[in-house]
Amino acid sequence: MTRNLLIAIPLLPLIAALIAGLAGRRIGRAASAGVTILAVGVSCALSLEVVRQLFFAGAPAVDISVYTWLISDGIRFQVGFLVDRLTGLMMAVVTFVSFCVHVYTIGYMRDDDGFQRFFSYISLFTFSMLMLVMSNNFMQLFFGWEAVGVVSYLLIGFWYTRPSAIHANLKAFVVNRIGDFGFVLGIAGVVYFTHSLDYADAFALAPAIAGAQLPLGADTVVPALTLICICLFVGAMGKSAQVPLHVWLPDSMEGPTPISALIHAATMVTAGIFMVARMSPLFEYSDAALSVVLVIGATTALFMGFLGIVQNDIKRVIAYSTLSQLGYMTVALGASAYSAAIFHLMTHAFFKALLFLAAGSVIIAMHHEQDMRRMGGLAKYMPITAVTCWIGALALIGTPFFSGFFSKDALIEAVGESQRAGSTYAYWCVLAGTFVTALYTFRLLFMTFHGEERFHGHGGTPHESPWVVTLPLVALAIPSIVIGWLTIGPLLFGGAFGGSIFVLEANDVVGELGHEYHGPLGFVLHGLKGAPTWLALAGVLTAWYLYMKDTTLPGRIAARFAGLYRVLVNKYYFDWCNERIIAPFVRLVGRIFWKGGDQLLIDGVLVNGTARLIDWTAAKGRRIQTGYLYTYAFWMVIGLAALLGWFLIRG
Amino acid sequence: MITLGHMLTLSAVLFAISVAGIFLNRKNVILLLMCIELLLLGANFNFVAFSRYLDDISGQVFVFFVLTVAAAESAIGLAILVVLFRHRHSINVDDLDTLKG
Repeated sequence: MTRNLLIAIPLLPLIAALIAGLAGRRIGRAASAGVTILAVGVSCALSLEVVRQLFFAGAPAVDISVYTWLISDGIRFQVGFLVDRLTGLMMAVVTFVSFCVHVYTIGYMRDDDGFQRFFSYISLFTFSMLMLVMSNNFMQLFFGWEAVGVVSYLLIGFWYTRPSAIHANLKAFVVNRIGDFGFVLGIAGVVYFTHSLDYADAFALAPAIAGAQLPLGADTVVPALTLICICLFVGAMGKSAQVPLHVWLPDSMEGPTPISALIHAATMVTAGIFMVARMSPLFEYSDAALSVVLVIGATTALFMGFLGIVQNDIKRVIAYSTLSQLGYMTVALGASAYSAAIFHLMTHAFFKALLFLAAGSVIIAMHHEQDMRRMGGLAKYMPITAVTCWIGALALIGTPFFSGFFSKDALIEAVGESQRAGSTYAYWCVLAGTFVTALYTFRLLFMTFHGEERFHGHGGTPHESPWVVTLPLVALAIPSIVIGWLTIGPLLFGGAFGGSIFVLEANDVVGELGHEYHGPLGFVLHGLKGAPTWLALAGVLTAWYLYMKDTTLPGRIAARFAGLYRVLVNKYYFDWCNERIIAPFVRLVGRIFWKGGDQLLIDGVLVNGTARLIDWTAAKGRRIQTGYLYTYAFWMVIGLAALLGWFLIRG
Repeated sequence: MITLGHMLTLSAVLFAISVAGIFLNRKNVILLLMCIELLLLGANFNFVAFSRYLDDISGQVFVFFVLTVAAAESAIGLAILVVLFRHRHSINVDDLDTLKG
């Protein structure tokens, strides 16, 4: 891998974004789309070349510094690339999904005035995400982290004339700030202990930090590494939408569907997962931090899944499904099964992007109607979308032989092997989660593509979307089926990640699974005997019964358990709690500091107080100035006398 | 016999008179200038007295310096006074209070 190759991969999308963004009006729609798609396409091809070199040609990992921005107190702030197998895999996933979404956007945004702007944003996103995953230091990681956040903000509020979109992007931004605050504290902790921003230094010193204590207050100390890891994980919670910082992700569905697929399903939200996996040499030394990760992830995985069951907006169902799947990945991280988490990240990127794009295709056909209660029976009218959506759904629920099966089953098994505190809770959560996943996924399928046609009344019969929409669906459907079968062996059990993921001997749950692994077919046969597959089947049958057979039953269940139903519809009152309790409280604290600290103390006493004091002194002091010569002479003499007197007394 | 003490007393009396003159005079700027002259003379008297007492001529040399400076100062003072009078048509001290804060 040459230096120029690595520089070109993130830079091409950036250049394309600038061209489409700054000159978009001049060069027109087709040229804007062309230049960004070309750039991302080349970037994707180069990333695949990197993957080929790393995984197949056995090239060693590269850690190069490209540009030093500044050196402060011996700490180097630089742009650099660490490209090992973990990075290579992420690069390939990011650029491939991004490429599919670029192509898809031509169809989805065809009639939108912001066509060029949209292409500019998604190209900029690709650049930011690549900078994030390719980074070899915390500064650049943070840059990419914030840059993807900014683009996410811009894209959620893409239709900026809609108040709900503006509310949603603001919410995403604010909630992510909370996470980022923890993230910055974590980075500060790393710098404090290692005096360096480079991953290599931090990882090398991790065992040393593990023993250190950090004083908090007079006589409380906390284990330094645990604190650092939890702070970093708070950042991941914001970006990867883990409870309780998940609230922004469902609302982010206000953005156009292609970015829901790219940013809020396949790539950006997995940045947190990637980051924790990247930081595995740090996290490995802190059991307590990993327990936190485990419990938070498990809670997200199960309880966000429940919410998917009661949503009627097609995109929101998939959004809650994303939350739940991110929870799965987080659970794997918490169980030290980093490679399983990344494996699930990869398969999820394909099938979830596929589901989103399929939903987008449905939304196009329905003339931007997103309520599933006004769909149904669409399979007849849009066969390609229906088939690809089925593939995505089957992958998502973990049907044997589909990609999701391998990653999810491996993940659940790994959690089952884990001995860490909280792993029993996590295991039951992820196990129950498989049933819930199957239930809401097939509820979506049945309500959208099958059963009674409820869409009449708006705009004729729906028809299949153009090829620019269906082609990416097919392109994503293929890896959604086969990628698990092909890669489970090398990625999970073949040690393909090499040195990029670090697991302590005692925590090596994936290695434990590897003893019983005899090829993908054996894995499937083993999986058929396990509970997750049967739970998923039960979920599918339940969905079939509720939404195909006896369609009045869901309403009756909701009426029977009205209290529970209300809790679910109100999303466990997280928004209510944030808006009624936390936000007013924070505003109150802010108000106290604003009124008391800023206006009263700083402005009142310090700034204006100084001026007032001088004013007062001067008003008193001017009385001395009588203007009469003799008074001045008098004071001169008095002063002289005093001076002489002082000299006299001192001798 | 006139001792050093007598001479110093005279000088102090002169000094005190001139200071009192400065403070008490509310009328005339010329009087102020004269008082300052007297003040300097009181100081000069001290110089002369110590010069004799210590048998050191340099004290008397200093008196000449002081007299020269005093003459220059009076000249400037009177010149200012003339300008002042032309400008304000008054040399009454009580009128000269433009510096009042």
